[in-house]
Amino acid sequence: MPLALSPTTVPVVVDDAKCIADKGCTVCVDVCPLDVLRISDLTGKAYMKFDECWYCMPCETDCPTGAVTVNIPYLLR
Amino acid sequence: MDNFVEGLTEVTCDVLVIGGGTAGPMAALKAKQKNPALNVVLLEKANVKRSGAISMGMDGLNNAVVPGYATPEQYTKEITIANDGIVDQAPVYKYASRCYEIIEELDRFGIRFQKNANGDFDLKKVHHLGTYVLPMPNGDTVKKALYRQLKRERILISNRFMATRLLTAREGRIAGAVAVNTRSAEFLVLRAKTVILCMGAAGRLGLPHSGYLFGTYENPTNSGDGYAMAYHAGAALANLECYQINPLIKDYNGPACAYVAGPFGAYTANSEGKRFIESDYWSGQMMQEFYNELQSGKGPVFLKLNHLHPDTVGEIEEILHKVERPSRGRFHEARGTDYREKMIEMHISEIGFCSGHSASGVFVDEFARTTVPGLYAAGDMASVPHNYMLGAFTNGAVAGEHAAEVAQEIDLPDYDPDFVRLERVRVLAPTRREDGIPPNQLEYKARRLVNDYLQPPKVTAKMQIGQARLADVREDFETALVVRNAHELMRALEVSSILDCADMAAHASLYRTESRWGLYHHRVDYPDKDDDNWFCHTLLSKVDGRMTSEKRAIQPYVVPIETEERSAYDRLRVLNQA
Repeated sequence: MPLALSPTTVPVVVDDAKCIADKGCTVCVDVCPLDVLRISDLTGKAYMKFDECWYCMPCETDCPTGAVTVNIPYLLR
Repeated sequence: MDNFVEGLTEVTCDVLVIGGGTAGPMAALKAKQKNPALNVVLLEKANVKRSGAISMGMDGLNNAVVPGYATPEQYTKEITIANDGIVDQAPVYKYASRCYEIIEELDRFGIRFQKNANGDFDLKKVHHLGTYVLPMPNGDTVKKALYRQLKRERILISNRFMATRLLTAREGRIAGAVAVNTRSAEFLVLRAKTVILCMGAAGRLGLPHSGYLFGTYENPTNSGDGYAMAYHAGAALANLECYQINPLIKDYNGPACAYVAGPFGAYTANSEGKRFIESDYWSGQMMQEFYNELQSGKGPVFLKLNHLHPDTVGEIEEILHKVERPSRGRFHEARGTDYREKMIEMHISEIGFCSGHSASGVFVDEFARTTVPGLYAAGDMASVPHNYMLGAFTNGAVAGEHAAEVAQEIDLPDYDPDFVRLERVRVLAPTRREDGIPPNQLEYKARRLVNDYLQPPKVTAKMQIGQARLADVREDFETALVVRNAHELMRALEVSSILDCADMAAHASLYRTESRWGLYHHRVDYPDKDDDNWFCHTLLSKVDGRMTSEKRAIQPYVVPIETEERSAYDRLRVLNQA
C-alpha cells in the first residue's frame, strides 16, 4: 500500500520578500496552535507544511514584518 | 525538525497542569500563589502563547455574575433550568460566587471589560431569564496578558509536549503523566503529587459539513485528549450523551454570534426573516428549535442584521472581525455577503463534548476534584455546565488552589515503570511500520462515521452499527496506522482520543433510554423525557477494562427551583410561529 500525494491549496501564504525567517525569526511557527508552519531548508523562509488550518490568525497577527496572510481554506470558502 | 529521536527524560514536580489554554494558566498561577515553594509545571502540546480555545481572543464573558445585575442564586437557578435540572449545584454556585473576583483580577491583568459612563461593568441580557453577558472590547489581549502573569510568577512552561496517558500509583492515586514531544517523539515522564487536566473540549469529534478536518467550531487541537486520558486513568465522566452542538455561520463554522450581535438588535431568523426562538442563548431546547426550523419549509436559518442602521452593523463588525475569530470578515468578503444587505446563512455544528457550552465532561465536585485521588479537571473538559471562558478561569483557580494544598501535604507517589514501557510501545507502534494507513485518512473515516451514526436524532440501531464500524477503524489504528514524522504522530495520537470519545458518545447515548436536553440527546425511539427513571446523572467509567455506565443521584439543590420555573427553557418557540 504505497502512499500517494494528494495535493491541496494551502490557506496560509508567506511573502518571501518580507519574511525574515532566514535572519532567525520563528514567530509564526511558534504561535500556530496546530504547528503546521515550518522554515524551508531550501529558501530559509516560512511556509505552510501541513494543510491543517483553523484560520485563527496568530501567525498573521504576530508576524513582525506583515509577511503572512491567512486565507479561508478552499473547502470552506 | 519532525524526525524521530529516541529518548526518555524523567522530571519531578509538585503540581502538574496539563493544557496551557484558559483554565491551565490560571490553575498554574493560583497553585504557585498558594504556595510559592511548590514546583508547578505547565505542559502544553502547542505553545502557551497562542494555544487553546481563546487563541486569538474572546469577545465577551457569557456568564458573568456581577453584583447589581445578578446574584449567584439567580445564576445557579438559570443554569439548573437550562440543563433540565440535571445539575449538581454546588460547583455551579461556587463558580457563581467566585467569578466576580476573577473578573476583577483579569481586569487588573489588563484584560479590560466594557464599562458604562458611571464606570460600572456594562452587562447585556442574552439568557432567557437573567443578565450575564459582559463585552470585552480588547478581548484580543487575553493570551498575552496571561502569558505575562505566568512569566512573572516563574511558572515552568513546557511547550510541544503532548500528554498521552496519566500515571497512577498502586492504590489508584494519581502519580503524574507520560508525554511525547510533538517534534521529535522523545518521551517525558512527569512525576507529580497532583495533576490538573485543562485540555479543552472534544471539539474534533464530528466532521464539519465542509469536509475539512480542521474546520471545526472548537480549536481542532482540542481533540478530546483530556477525556480519553481521564477515562483510561479510571475517572468517571458525566452525562456524555449531552452533546455539544452549536448554531454557527454555515461553512465558516464560527459563532454567528448572537451573544455579540443580539444586544444590538440582531437575531436568529428563518428564511422569511422572522424570529422563531424567544432566546438566542445556546441550550439543548434552543438547538432543537433551530434544527426543526432548518428541516422545515421555512428553513434554512439566518443571522439577521440587515434591518439595523449601517453604523450599528459597523460597530458589530468591529467586534466580530477583530477578536475571537477575526478571519470571518475575510470569509464574508470572499462570498460577497454583507450584513447590511443580506441575512447570513447559519447551520448547526458537528457534535462534540464541551461543558463550556453544554453539560458533559469529566466529573468534578466543587473543588474541581475528579473521582481519582489527586486528579483535578477544569475548563471545557470538566462537568460544570455552561461554564464558558470565565468558568475555565474560575474553576481553574479553584483547582489550582486545592491541588496546591494537597501537594504540600503528601509524598511523591510511586508509579509503575512497566506502564511507561508499555505506553512507549503503544505510542511508537505507528512509527515502526514501513507501510499502512496515514492518520488523516483514518481520522476522516472515523469522524464521517460519527456523523453518519452518532449525531442526533439518535436511533438505537444506527448507533449500534456505528459502534461496530468504529471498532473496525480502531482495529486499523492498532494494526495498520503508519506515521512518517513526529508531527504525524501527534495527529495520530489525537485520532486515538477521537476514537475513544466516539465510543464514549455512543455508549453514554445508548445508556440513557429517554430524550433530554432538546437536540443534544434526542432519541427518536425514546422520544419522551422520563423523569421517573432518568432524573439523574449518568457516569461513564472504565471498570475492569470495560466501558461501563451507571446512574448517579443529583445532589440536593442549594438553590430551590419552583415547579413552575422548571419548564422555562421548554417554552422557547415564538408562539405565533409555532
